[in-house]
Amino acid sequence: MTVESLEQIKGRAEVAVPGARIEIVPNPGPANQPSLLIDSEHASAVAKFLRDDPTLRLDFCSNATGVDWLDRTVKKTVKVKKVVDGVEKDVDEPTEEKVPGYLEAVYHLYSMTHKHGPGIIRMRTADRADGARLPSLTPIYRSAEFQEREIFDLYGVRFDGHPDLRRILMWDEFQDYPMRKDYREPDDYEYEPTPHDDVLERAKQHYTPRPQLDGAENITVQRQ
Amino acid sequence: MSGQIDEGLRSELQRQGIWVTSMQDLYNWGRRSSIWPLQFGLACCAIEMIATAASRYDLARFGGEIFRPSPRQADLMIVAGTVTKKMAPQIVRLYNQMPDPKYVISMGACAISGGPFKQGYNVLKGIDRYIPVDVYIPGCPPRPEALLHAFMELQRKIDGQKLTGDNRAEHLNAAQPSEFPVPSFGEHDLEPPANPNVFEPPKIERT
Repeated sequence: MTVESLEQIKGRAEVAVPGARIEIVPNPGPANQPSLLIDSEHASAVAKFLRDDPTLRLDFCSNATGVDWLDRTVKKTVKVKKVVDGVEKDVDEPTEEKVPGYLEAVYHLYSMTHKHGPGIIRMRTADRADGARLPSLTPIYRSAEFQEREIFDLYGVRFDGHPDLRRILMWDEFQDYPMRKDYREPDDYEYEPTPHDDVLERAKQHYTPRPQLDGAENITVQRQ
Repeated sequence: MSGQIDEGLRSELQRQGIWVTSMQDLYNWGRRSSIWPLQFGLACCAIEMIATAASRYDLARFGGEIFRPSPRQADLMIVAGTVTKKMAPQIVRLYNQMPDPKYVISMGACAISGGPFKQGYNVLKGIDRYIPVDVYIPGCPPRPEALLHAFMELQRKIDGQKLTGDNRAEHLNAAQPSEFPVPSFGEHDLEPPANPNVFEPPKIERT
């Protein structure tokens, strides 16, 4: 992407913004676009650094989007000391660790000055409920305004410092966040001409049961 | 009434230079020859609708070239494109503002059923959930020829309408509603999600 590696950018950003906790999120895959995970408290300062640094000059936010990560359980085997048959032994015991879910906002930054990019930064919320808050980057990147509204509309991330945080695609009375993975849309499957898979399952709930047969269908005409 | 005139006799008289017609035929001829559509489009189908009205396909040949920017002057609503749930109340409101007699063409897969966006959270599964539709055109989007075909089908439908009797046209029947309730924005969906007086999904018996 840029002339510098992501490690160099991370190092310089941490020097420029004291106290900033930045992590490199690898993206193993064909795209291979690793990103910088920035903590919420210093996000604005780091973004300002990325924008104003003379060698980076990532002055254009082309895209901002959200990601929903559900609560998940990670299975691990932990060595535990246990007394087995009167002897203390190390025993492998499977444990389940609950990792709380969170919402992410991802920003793709480019440089109009140096014609390089993307530099990708992301922020994570504390959880998926009341703690779904992030600092707004609209004061730094004006083009993020509508896209942050879209993230708010579809994922339910509240952006502190956003000048006009309202729903942008759905109507104001709408309560749900449709792009969340646990969103369940209203049940309007009463007529599906060619249902399959999940749609078939939901359409089946609207099917009328077959009429009970009373034996009359077996009567045949007696020809003389 | 035209039903009382023998068709053979009528064409024989016509050949002799005598034109016999009826009030009903005259009335229907006048209406079907100047169907003014409401000028609005919702998505890509609207581009095909514009092409239909332009010179190559020329909707004017059928008397429908005067697209009105006001529902008060329109006879026909061409629902051309995806009806999002946010747009649906406005469509119903426009339909209510049109004077009788009024007709609706549901153009393209989206306006019929939601089309490729059918299982989406924001797209209405067909405008016939809220207003009665006269002609459906399949296609994504339908070609201008298909819209012309629908237009001719509508003209055929108007031609067959009766002025009197039990089977008279809907707009001549005072008991028939000409306005339909506008859905409101609910917390999870439009309320109501469909008008049961208009929308009757086919009952499917499957196990």
